[in-house]
Amino acid sequence: MSEITGYGLIAVGVLFDLFGCIGLVRFPDVYNRLQASTKCVTLGTILLLVGVAVMSGSGAMVAKALTCAVFILITSPTAAHAIAKGAYASGVKLWDKSVVDQYAEQVRSNRPDGKEAGRAAT
Amino acid sequence: MMLVCYLGLCACCFLCLYRIGRGPSAPDRTVAIDILGIVLVGFCALLGLATGKDFYLNVALAWALLSFIGTIALAKYLEGRSFDE
Repeated sequence: MSEITGYGLIAVGVLFDLFGCIGLVRFPDVYNRLQASTKCVTLGTILLLVGVAVMSGSGAMVAKALTCAVFILITSPTAAHAIAKGAYASGVKLWDKSVVDQYAEQVRSNRPDGKEAGRAAT
Repeated sequence: MMLVCYLGLCACCFLCLYRIGRGPSAPDRTVAIDILGIVLVGFCALLGLATGKDFYLNVALAWALLSFIGTIALAKYLEGRSFDE
């Protein structure tokens, strides 16, 4: 029973990883790529690690796999947030068909003189 | 079954490498390096399950840590700030 559950979790995790990496290649924009790949690959790798923890009998492997899953759950969104902020500050344009840029509005409203911060504005 | 999982993760790694080589800007490459690190953590866990040796999971844990620190450093560099701010 645990073998079937573990194989199922690992298969679904690998599938999510694959979809995330296809999104990384196929999407048109840094922000779209970040969005697609980070969410899919985080969920896929956590499912894979939980599957490894279910299938392996020894306690040390279960503890390490679950620690690794919790660590990825915490660090991956943090890294994605930092990359998005860095990409915006380094002046990468949005895709042509993007319709809203709320971060620019927020940056503009934080500065009373109406100028946008960072190199993205120039 | 395990072979299919290995091949799927290898395909993920090659797609990430394509984006690292092809990416038009530096943030594209940073995203791809981050994703490659997370995929390799999963690969190490799968290797540990297949061989029954648990030091592969130590490798996975250390790899997750180092990948996170490296990504944060690259993001701060992209933002144009120094590392001690």
